[in-house]
Amino acid sequence: MIAELGLAALWLAAALAVLQLVAGALAVRQDAASGETGIADLTRPATIVQGVFAALSFVALLYVFAITDLSVKLVADNSHSLKPMIYKLSGAWGNHEGSMLLWVTVLAASGALIAVVERRLPERMMQAVLAAQGFVALGFYAFLLLSSNPFERLPIPAQEGAGLNPLLQDIGLAFHPPTLYLGYVGLSVAFSFAVGALITRQVTPEFARAMRPWVLGAWVFLTLGITAGSYWAYYELGWGGWWFWDPVENASLMPWLAATALLHSTSVLAARDALRAWTIMLGVVAFSMSMLGTFLVRSGILTSVHAFAVDPQRGTFILFLLAIYIGGALLLFALRAGAVSEGARFSVASREGALVVNNVLLSAILAVVLLGTLYPLLTEAFDVRVSVGPPYFNPVGAIFALPMVAVMAVGPLLRWRRDGFGRIRRELALMGAVLVAALILVSLIGEVAFLPLLGLALAAMLALASVMPLRGRNLRRVPIATWGMVFGHLGLAVALFGMASESAFTKERLAALAPGEETTVGPWAVTLDQIAPAAGANWTAMEARLSARLEIGDPIVLTPQHRTFWAPPQQTAESVLATRWNGQLYAVIGNQAGATGAGPERWQVRLWWKPFVTWIWYGGVLIALGGALALIGHVQADWRRRLVRRKAAARRQEMGREQPT
Amino acid sequence: MNTTRSSRLKPKHQRLVLALIALAVLVAAGLLAAYALRSQASYFYLPEQMRDDPPEIGQAVRLGGMVEEGSLRTMADGVTVAFTVTGREASAIPVRFTGILPDLFVEGSGVVAEGRLGPDGTFVADNLLAKHDENYVPRELEGMSEHQAAEMAEETTVGLQ
Repeated sequence: MIAELGLAALWLAAALAVLQLVAGALAVRQDAASGETGIADLTRPATIVQGVFAALSFVALLYVFAITDLSVKLVADNSHSLKPMIYKLSGAWGNHEGSMLLWVTVLAASGALIAVVERRLPERMMQAVLAAQGFVALGFYAFLLLSSNPFERLPIPAQEGAGLNPLLQDIGLAFHPPTLYLGYVGLSVAFSFAVGALITRQVTPEFARAMRPWVLGAWVFLTLGITAGSYWAYYELGWGGWWFWDPVENASLMPWLAATALLHSTSVLAARDALRAWTIMLGVVAFSMSMLGTFLVRSGILTSVHAFAVDPQRGTFILFLLAIYIGGALLLFALRAGAVSEGARFSVASREGALVVNNVLLSAILAVVLLGTLYPLLTEAFDVRVSVGPPYFNPVGAIFALPMVAVMAVGPLLRWRRDGFGRIRRELALMGAVLVAALILVSLIGEVAFLPLLGLALAAMLALASVMPLRGRNLRRVPIATWGMVFGHLGLAVALFGMASESAFTKERLAALAPGEETTVGPWAVTLDQIAPAAGANWTAMEARLSARLEIGDPIVLTPQHRTFWAPPQQTAESVLATRWNGQLYAVIGNQAGATGAGPERWQVRLWWKPFVTWIWYGGVLIALGGALALIGHVQADWRRRLVRRKAAARRQEMGREQPT
Repeated sequence: MNTTRSSRLKPKHQRLVLALIALAVLVAAGLLAAYALRSQASYFYLPEQMRDDPPEIGQAVRLGGMVEEGSLRTMADGVTVAFTVTGREASAIPVRFTGILPDLFVEGSGVVAEGRLGPDGTFVADNLLAKHDENYVPRELEGMSEHQAAEMAEETTVGLQ
């Protein structure tokens, strides 16, 4: 019953998306012809009610998963009555159909939110924005209803569910996809704004201010999603790495790169009324990247741990949607870009100039990642199978990323519009000194490869430069948005330091140990105390007890496991991490190594000592915090401006005289 | 309006210059990527291809095939294993791997080994990709069981005509 209600709500939401599209489109046309607005009044209510129905549909799906209704095909395929409740719920979006429903629900809800709160922009542009939003949503409704109905019933209810991939039974992963989806969908709102602005030819600072919170919000969620996903891969896969350049990782990185560029060019547009066409273009590109990401993950065209539910038909459908949205938007851009007049001017040595350089470099990195991700697909068309990994991505990405970090250090010190490097030469000299000092210091410590060395030095320079804009200012009067920039840039410095340190100083040890034997990794001495069986709700395991000691201090106990799940049958290695302020000790246990002659049984143990590796994720969190602060700062400033305007209007009315505005 | 030093160019021109610079950088990125991809992408070899036309010693490649039954041995250090990967036409490549074996790595099943060919003709793997779970099979292994099935059918029907 609940499943049918959910499906009905989904159909209703789709119908309302049609109404939203038609009403919005007619309103835009009508407005152009005459001043009449009849149907235009329907657009906002349709958007809001559509959001409500989509949410109802998603709640219905959560409900059937919560009660494990095995007559629903999706539940029978992906859940199990013995699973803990939190994983039953996360199972609702841990599969293709459910995750698409989550996507469209978030999309509809954010559309409803714009319809309720966004009153600054010209009404005609809002109609166009909401119509575009309805159009995007409609494609996904069609996709869900026609090719991946999440509420499909089984003719005969299943006896028991097929379970959920145990790799996915993890609290981090339960919240990793929704976070990324919030980011993807936020970019779709930015896309709708861009299309609305193009249709009405009003690429203005007001438009940028209205779009900015959505870009910032999307960017914050993408940052958090990528950070969490990277940490998940790090401790769950047990391979000791934190980024594998897996297609699915790239699929989340590419929208992030585009969103970062969009975020900065939106700021230029909002503050200085420059980079109009460029901002619109980036809005289209950012959404294209999130659609492409969805396509790569969902179509199964690339294999990866994430590519469950491989179905060519679905891939074709998403490719079709991708072509319509992106092709349509690019066509619109080509037709209208000429009509977007040029914005304000600026010289090369200005903050705009630095932001343009960074934007271009970010786009170049995006191109490098995109080509590397698609290259295996391209060669496969010629029947040559290749894989592209770190030997390509690391050096080629660094060629553009490291100069970007340098420009990022200088840019915030420059003034808007026109400035000279002479004015900030003392700051530049200080940064240069830090860079050189760090280079020398690190080379003295030991043999460090070129890229990590440069990374460490640039991280030190950027950390210093990122707090420089605060120098000589009363800290209590610095705007919140400026704090956002400082934290965001500082976060990147911290993350870069973590990455460079991890790749420069990691120590690895692989050994076969019998109980009682000892080995060393970095500064640690690690002893295998014993091996014993252990069991959990749906698994059994062999558990090792390792005690790790530094030269001084008490030993710490680590208990990595080798788990065997039985629904579905699968084995996983559960790694264990010991976190210290200056790094992490990472332990994994492998198979039994076999007895050596008369000796005792030995077990494979793999250990890593990774200095400052945690800074990668601290940095990611700091970056997201910076984005959140900027979001709060801008929303608060907009709110104040609105209040002031309202008060002024009220006062004018009181005084009883009209004033030209 | 037009008094700043750098804006002597006409308005249209500044935009044009910006667009051209952006385009130039992107094209450079594309060319660099294309060049690096040609040299850095690691190619996939089947055992018979590696036997007939081996890659350069030390070049990063992938080798995919079936792990031969009974060939898996653990070395004295307890962490190095040696096994043989077989393909069609009775091709067989010896492989050595130091590390923890993937969970579903078993004899008689498919594997993709990432690594490089050593001077002695042994393939030294840095990483092994086996079937991860029932849903995740390395792309190169799709169709591997069919190839095996075809070979089995061939073997069992030889001489029956």
